Amino acid sequence: MTMTLVIAGLLGAAFGAMLDRIGATNPNWIAKMLTLTDTNLMKTILVAIGTASILIFAGQIYGLVDVGHMSVKAVHVGVLLGGAILGFGWAIAGYCPGTGLCGLAVGRIDALFFVAGGLVGAAGFMITYPFWDSIGFLNGEKWTLGAIPGADYPAAIPALQGDLAGIVMGAAFILIAILLPRRIVGRKAARAAAAEAAKAAPAE
Amino acid sequence: MKPMPLNWKIGGPLLGIVFFLAVLLAKPIGVSTQFVVLDAILWNLQQPDAGIVTQTAEGFTSTNAYLAKSGGALADEAGNPLTYPVVFVLAMMVGAFLSSLIRSTVPKGERNVPAMYRANTGGFWPLRWVLAFAGGVLVLYGARLAGGCTSGHMMSGMMQTSVSGYVFAFGAFLTAFPTAMMLLKKEG
Repeated sequence: MTMTLVIAGLLGAAFGAMLDRIGATNPNWIAKMLTLTDTNLMKTILVAIGTASILIFAGQIYGLVDVGHMSVKAVHVGVLLGGAILGFGWAIAGYCPGTGLCGLAVGRIDALFFVAGGLVGAAGFMITYPFWDSIGFLNGEKWTLGAIPGADYPAAIPALQGDLAGIVMGAAFILIAILLPRRIVGRKAARAAAAEAAKAAPAE
Repeated sequence: MKPMPLNWKIGGPLLGIVFFLAVLLAKPIGVSTQFVVLDAILWNLQQPDAGIVTQTAEGFTSTNAYLAKSGGALADEAGNPLTYPVVFVLAMMVGAFLSSLIRSTVPKGERNVPAMYRANTGGFWPLRWVLAFAGGVLVLYGARLAGGCTSGHMMSGMMQTSVSGYVFAFGAFLTAFPTAMMLLKKEG
C-alpha cells in the first residue's frame, strides 16, 4: 500500500516535471502545435508514444512487463464525440486536464480558471451521465489493434499479432515525428521575415 | 515565447520513458478522472446529506449514477482519496512546480494572458479568464464523455494500440486544428 503511493508520487512528479520541460504547460506551445506553426511539441508527443509503445511490447515479449498492467479503454460513440468537444476547448484554452493542473502549479493564473471550468464540466457530466448511457453512447468493446498474448482484449484484426503490431506502430510514430517538418503552416512568411531580419541586421 | 522547451529529440524519449515506467510499475497514466473525484469530495462537503459518498459494508457508493457505476469505483476514490491516482495527480503538480523553480517556463507578463492568445484575443485579462474557463468546461465534459483525455486516451491509449486512442485522437484533432487556425491567426 505504502509502496504503491511512493511509486505514484515518484511517477507523478516525473510526469509533471516532464510536461513542464517539454513546453506542454505553456499554452503558446499548444497553440503553435495546433496551428502547425511549430511542431516541436507534436514531435515530442509522437516520439514519446513511439518510445513507450516499443518498450512496453518488447518488454512483454521478453517477459519483463506484466501484460496485466495494460488498461485499454472501450471504443464507443462517446469517444469520438467527447474527443471532438475536448478538441474545441483545448484550442480555446490551450490546456488539457493534465497540463491545466500543471500550468496552475507553475503559476499561470489563467490555468486556475481552466481548472475551475474543468470542475464544472466534470460535474456536468456526472449529472448528465444517465442520458448518454441510456442512448447507448457509452457501450463498446475494449479493442486493441491485434491480439495481445496474455491479454483478454478483443482484437480489431484478429489475425494480427498484437505485441508485434505495437512495436511496428511505435516505430511508425517515431518515423512520422522525424519526417514531420518543424513548421507546416506559414513557411513562406517565416522565410520572408527571416530574410528581412538578415537584411536589416548589417545596417545597424 | 522564451524560454525554449526541450528539443523533441530529447524530450520525446524522456517523456516516453516516464509513460513506460508507469505501465511497468503500476498502470497507464491518466488525469481527467481526478476532476470527478475532486467534484465528488466537494459536493459531499457541501451537501453531506445528499448521499454523494456513502460508506457501505463493501466500500462506498453514491446516489449519483456516475459515481455509483462499476461497483462504486469513483465513490470509493472520493471516500478514500489516499489512493494511487489521486496521489499521482497531486505529485504531478508538485513535479511541475519543482521544474518551474529550476527554470521557469512562464515569461514575465504571461501569468494572465499567454502571448499567442494576447496577440489574437487581446490582453484584457477577464476575457482570457472567461475563455480559459469555457475551455475547461468543454475539455473536461468531453474527456469524461470519451472516458479519458489527452494523457489517458491519446498517449496511454495509442501506445497500447488501443483502438479507442486512435478514435479519440481523430475526434480531438478534427476540432482542435480548425478552431486553433481560426482563433489564433497571429503568431504572437
